Amino acid sequence: MQSLLIISLKLLANDRGKFFLLIIGITFAVFLMMQMLSIFAGIMHRAAATIYNVGAKIWVMDPSINTQTDNIPLPSYILDAVRSINGVKYAVPLYSGTGLVKLNNGNYQSATILGLDDATLFGRPNMLSGDIVDIYDDDAYIVSKDTEFVKLGSPKLGTTFEVNDHRGVIIGHAEALVNGLFGSPTLYTTYNRAITDLPQTRFTMSYILVEPKSEQDIIYIQNEVKQLGYIALTKDGFVEKNTNYYLYKTGLGTNVLVMTIVSFIVGLSIAGQTFYTFVLENLHQFGALKAIGAKKNELITMILFQAAIVGFLGYGFGILIASIVIALAKLRLSNYASLVTIDNLILSFIMVLIIILISSYIGVRKVIKIDPFDIFRG
Amino acid sequence: MHLQANGITKWFGEKDNKTYALKNVTFEINRGEMLYIIGPSGSGKTTLLSIISGILKPNEGTIIFNNKDIWKLSDDELCDFRLYTLGFVFQDFHLFPKLTSKENVAIPLILQKKSMDEALTKASKILGIVGLKHRENFPPYKLSIGEQQRVAIARAIVTEPELLILDEPTASLDGETGKKIISFIRDNILTKDRAIVIVTHDNRIYNFATRIIKMEDGELNSETGNLDES
Repeated sequence: MQSLLIISLKLLANDRGKFFLLIIGITFAVFLMMQMLSIFAGIMHRAAATIYNVGAKIWVMDPSINTQTDNIPLPSYILDAVRSINGVKYAVPLYSGTGLVKLNNGNYQSATILGLDDATLFGRPNMLSGDIVDIYDDDAYIVSKDTEFVKLGSPKLGTTFEVNDHRGVIIGHAEALVNGLFGSPTLYTTYNRAITDLPQTRFTMSYILVEPKSEQDIIYIQNEVKQLGYIALTKDGFVEKNTNYYLYKTGLGTNVLVMTIVSFIVGLSIAGQTFYTFVLENLHQFGALKAIGAKKNELITMILFQAAIVGFLGYGFGILIASIVIALAKLRLSNYASLVTIDNLILSFIMVLIIILISSYIGVRKVIKIDPFDIFRG
Repeated sequence: MHLQANGITKWFGEKDNKTYALKNVTFEINRGEMLYIIGPSGSGKTTLLSIISGILKPNEGTIIFNNKDIWKLSDDELCDFRLYTLGFVFQDFHLFPKLTSKENVAIPLILQKKSMDEALTKASKILGIVGLKHRENFPPYKLSIGEQQRVAIARAIVTEPELLILDEPTASLDGETGKKIISFIRDNILTKDRAIVIVTHDNRIYNFATRIIKMEDGELNSETGNLDES
């Protein structure tokens, strides 16, 4: 069988025009699909930036919350109730809101402000410069050195600004594990300063961040929080909820799906058409092979092998080109939201498999149907 | 006796559209003979050829080869019968244009599960026999029609078949080349252990036959004896 596969590969590879057209078709389709899926994954990753950057294992929130940017304040008794649940190691409040920052040059810039629990600073970022302890100083703020940092005028340590007519001082630069999506810079301060400096509603806690005693306690904690009329999501669960909102409740998912399907159709059209032509041009030769004594399964194997080779080569090149383009784009455009994930790779691979199967099915059907008697009849 | 066709009847269509291609054809093919099946277009030559090759199933009659009715074999056994016992030279050759002559010739051996090296070595040797050793790495489209014909013959004999079947082998050749090819087949390919069946209506090559069967309207019209001896 190995020799037959070599011959079938030579049959295809020696027909250079079609061989390259097939590979290019699939490469192009994979490239487009990967671009779409990676951009979507990148956007979703950034849309959940706060969840990743704060890094809490469990987030307690109002059930109506759809995304991390939603802010439905929780009454303070919930914090006490959560702290009293068995399995909770500790639970702290998090303030997450938007503040209007007045820069020294007189310009205004909207910023995401995260107020960390005063006692524990749970969810604090890694410091690139400055000391985290200085956050307790008067008017102290830490600025995240993400892609939006420049919008605050790239503030140095000691730079002052105003937030809602309150004075603020930059005491440190924080590392951003994930850059945000919505174009606003991020400032960290203490919970109490946040609720002092920013206009407030009756309740002030945006989320309660929970550290469970063990992983096994998570489900129990979630059930107990549910009894209180709220929900407790794991970090991954909150990211998923966030993603699902954009995927199913906005046009984003539909648009990405449409573009991915279009890419799939482009690949299928090129590969299917080319492969069909290839089989058609060699149909009499395949018929002759049948007459000589080739069995059906051998002919099917030959065609599937040919399709698989161009499919895998196209997939490999497509992934390679997509990855290079994404990497180069990220070097040049700091805001370029694109992320190659295992899920994207698998999804693209499945789509390539479907392209291969459909393309080869058309060819196989033709070859199976040809009657060796027709070869004699000319 | 080598192969015996008994009462072969073949029709196409059913009821009112029923058309007989062959009617009660009986004949035999013996080792060491070069049998011609001749007759006008539509006389049933190709149908008969397909039936004795195990490609087209007759409606009635049997094809006995080495004491076995080939039409009682399973599909896979029929494939093996063709692969290991028969050699085909098609009218239009049907060589793969994107493979070299050597690779084309090696295909039947590859289908017999021989290794690539073994198949190519033997293909090269057989191409030497048909005088194309120097063209073994050329694809068919770079060869003349006569050379392509010889590649097709090499492909047919590479498995050392007991029965070689040639369909209109001179149809696309000029008179001289046609005679040369048939002469070559008779002198180099025909052996005492092998039979050759040629379907043709090219009367310029009739004198190479050891026996001729004439078909007309699906029936065996007449048999002519060994022309070499006559």
